[in-house]
Amino acid sequence: MAGTDAALLLLADSRLPAGGHAHSGGVEPAVAAGAVTDVADLTVFLRGRLATAGLVAAALAAAACAHAAGPADAFDALDAEADARTPSPAQRRAARAQGRSLLRAARATWAHPALDALAGTAPHHPVALGAATAAAGGGPGDAASIAAFTGVTGGASAAVRLLGLDPLAVNRAVAGLAADIDAVAARAADAARGPWAELPAASAPVLDLYAELHAGADLRLFES
Amino acid sequence: MGGHFGSDEHTASPVVGRALRLGIGGPVGSGKTALTAALCRSLRDELDLAVVTNDIYTTEDADFLRREAVLADDRITAVRTGACPHTAIRDDISANLDAVEELEARHPGLDLVIVESGGDNLTALFSRGLADRQIFVLDVAGGDDVPRKGGLGVAAADLLVINKTDLAEFVGSDLALMESDAARVRDGRPVILNSLRTDPAATGIAAWVRSVVPVAAP
Ligand SMILES: Nc1nc2c(ncn2[C@@H]2O[C@H](COP(=O)(O)OP(=O)(O)OP(=O)(O)O)[C@@H](O)[C@H]2O)c(=O)[nH]1
Ligand SMILES: [Mg+2]
Repeated sequence: MAGTDAALLLLADSRLPAGGHAHSGGVEPAVAAGAVTDVADLTVFLRGRLATAGLVAAALAAAACAHAAGPADAFDALDAEADARTPSPAQRRAARAQGRSLLRAARATWAHPALDALAGTAPHHPVALGAATAAAGGGPGDAASIAAFTGVTGGASAAVRLLGLDPLAVNRAVAGLAADIDAVAARAADAARGPWAELPAASAPVLDLYAELHAGADLRLFES
Repeated sequence: MGGHFGSDEHTASPVVGRALRLGIGGPVGSGKTALTAALCRSLRDELDLAVVTNDIYTTEDADFLRREAVLADDRITAVRTGACPHTAIRDDISANLDAVEELEARHPGLDLVIVESGGDNLTALFSRGLADRQIFVLDVAGGDDVPRKGGLGVAAADLLVINKTDLAEFVGSDLALMESDAARVRDGRPVILNSLRTDPAATGIAAWVRSVVPVAAP
């Protein structure tokens, strides 16, 4: 690879104005439950999330990207696959809120038939990300990488804010996950070449339960 | 500081066919929610209104407004800001835009949507992608040197409100000094001294809001 397109780097940038800053990727309820208290816990949490929800999101994003030139109405079917892989209603709401925001940001930035096809809907975030990646000139592998990467960095930044962790130590921990992120992205891109019904469906029941507890919590800083 | 805000003013209202979006920002506890409630009471009979609150940790502000019944419950929406209140009104306005658009869809014909920021510091400023106009609220009891320290909110907001003037004598704040320091950095933009204790209707501020909301003739 000669280098990464700047347009794709935009999608991986945490400053992308697409609503991600208000979501902790399950880190806030994990902190509330005492499961994440330091950088070591956080690393374990992020690795687990990457292998489960991260893999599923990356595969959905890759599939959406691969489909970007296909018939518009088929996005509904992919969105249904995302629903089926997201048992927690709170997580489905969070995924759709972020998908809607990402779609707004992408449509304000690029013109692409896949973005038009999704206009006016609130797709799951990975579906919107796949379409946005295509619009930015990327392919399914890029979509999978961005999904896997931002899933990790979003949670890491939430932990820095919630626990006052040393951001340098957290950055080092995220860098330590780089090979795992790449491996998950490669697996996801590979899986996206097959039928949608067979996309990865790795589950993380604790994340699902955390998401539900979090939605009902009185005190919380993050939407999810 | 040293910023030049003269060329950075809002131009003619971009509001055509939708509600005017009014941001209310300012430090923690300066009276943003109390002012929002006062404006709702003063304006709700003449304007079609809704409110978005950006609570830091709870839904306290939205709950207060509902409890006070300043508007029907379905006209008040709370947004969470992920520990970064200024990000939600400035760098990434997605959640607030979603909330505003949802209110507009639910209540066609809205004239005014007030977005109350979570309490923040003096550098907070609403993005023009979110707010057409913005008010920055300072608290007299926060110290009479605050306008002199300036900051984006004090200098560039369309209206600066110096609130809780009833407390000035108790905390030893010099109101005339606050007003003149503010005027120096504000390049002619208006400043209103206000006390919600002595003027619960926020008369002067409500009049300013009326002057910026384009209302169709009945
Ligand atoms: N004495 C006096 N008290 C006021 C005035 N305006 C507001 N307050 C009080 O100041 C306190 C804080 O007011 P809020 O409206 O909650 O302040 P806020 O800026 O919304 O606070 P955050 O949203 O937490 O940042 C409340 O107890 C109000 O009743 C005023 O003009 N005079
Ligand atoms: Mg308030």
